[in-house]
Amino acid sequence: MKRDGLFGIAIALLAVAFVLVPSWILAAPLPLNPNGLPMAYAQKIFYFHVAVAWCAFLSVFVCAGGSVFQLAKRSPRGDAVAIAAAELVVVFGLCTLVTGPLWARKEWGVWWVWKDVRLVTMLILWITFLAYLFVRRYGGPGSEQLASGLALFGAVNVPIVYLSVFFWRTQHPQGKVVGSLDPAMRAPFWLSLAAFSILYGVLFFLRLHLERQRQRLAEAQLAAQDAGLVRW
Amino acid sequence: MKFVRSVLAITAKELRIELRTREVVVAMAFFAALVLLLFAFALVHEGRTAPDAAAGILWIVIALAGTLGLSRAFDREREGNPLAALLLAPIDRPAIYVGKLLAMLIFLALTELVTVPLVALLFDAPLLAHPIQLIALLALGSIGFAATGSLFAGALVRNRARHLLLGILLYPLVLPVLMAGVRGTQALLVLPEPDLLVLGTWTRILVLFDVAMVTLSLWVFEPLVVAE
Repeated sequence: MKRDGLFGIAIALLAVAFVLVPSWILAAPLPLNPNGLPMAYAQKIFYFHVAVAWCAFLSVFVCAGGSVFQLAKRSPRGDAVAIAAAELVVVFGLCTLVTGPLWARKEWGVWWVWKDVRLVTMLILWITFLAYLFVRRYGGPGSEQLASGLALFGAVNVPIVYLSVFFWRTQHPQGKVVGSLDPAMRAPFWLSLAAFSILYGVLFFLRLHLERQRQRLAEAQLAAQDAGLVRW
Repeated sequence: MKFVRSVLAITAKELRIELRTREVVVAMAFFAALVLLLFAFALVHEGRTAPDAAAGILWIVIALAGTLGLSRAFDREREGNPLAALLLAPIDRPAIYVGKLLAMLIFLALTELVTVPLVALLFDAPLLAHPIQLIALLALGSIGFAATGSLFAGALVRNRARHLLLGILLYPLVLPVLMAGVRGTQALLVLPEPDLLVLGTWTRILVLFDVAMVTLSLWVFEPLVVAE
């Protein structure tokens, strides 16, 4: 019941954020580009783009954590955490990969830059977790272990990919962007980050709950079979 | 000591099977040569290719031929189920992995022995001008590829969809190693003198990748390959 209460609060917060955040974002000033002119209106996508990218990266490490438990202890709960997080990496990763080019096209004049650290890191990560879902779907028996191994390797790959692409020189704004934000942009930025984090949490726990129920159903079915209650 | 002896015994077993059947290395080398020919048909116009293309082609061919070799080398573990017998043997489980990895590295090295001169010839690339640096790059790249590949090929042995899944699992994970290999080789191909600074950077990234992948593989080999 405590969980239901928390869930209700999270949903209420999300509802408030749904009204507040867009109006704050629209009211925030447009920052100046390196030429001293205000950036295109598409800059508003920044509030969305950074927040979903943060959720995607967070989810990678949640998935790796669940996978460690799955591999070391064969824990079904760890497995459920891993699969819920992996699906969310794919969803939030896709949002990042769609919003990024939309903005880049306006600001840099190109859709995609191969030399950029974050773009390539995100793409490789996204493909790795697509492969994860693929393995879960078509791997058959034993695919949990395989998928866990894949998630762990994928998470370890993140810093290495990041480092590799870093040496191609980057076009993407560096990490210090957040610190140098116009004070009027800061509040909507953090608010949007918080709102997306809550959204991530809500989706994650819903999916986790669903997966746990699916596992319990499968166990119950096996137990019923063993007891000779059902034949399928 | 016992660990080293177990590793060498498993590597020797792999090489003995290969000497008797000659199927993995011959298939890998032949396949690599075929793919190189495809690249040559597609990319060479009037005797010239895009500059830098040779480095990318070399590493793509190694990755493709390597995947083929991994599939075949681990398919042997299905016929009569020798992997189960190996897992029952009173040796450290990681020794099985390291033994397989060493054998795979030797297969890859033999394939590269055919591939490198062919790339140099077909794409007119000065690959053989700096043999020591090239060998270092190829060795480090092969270790990273084979370390990840042997782990997942081993984990897939009992899987029905293994041929389908190996490529899907492996290519996203070895992308950094291929990227570093390609960039390092391109630095080596810069005329008139290779760009040693860039080469050094990529060599260090390869070392980092190899250490991470081998450590992780040794840790997850047992839970991944041993069925409950």
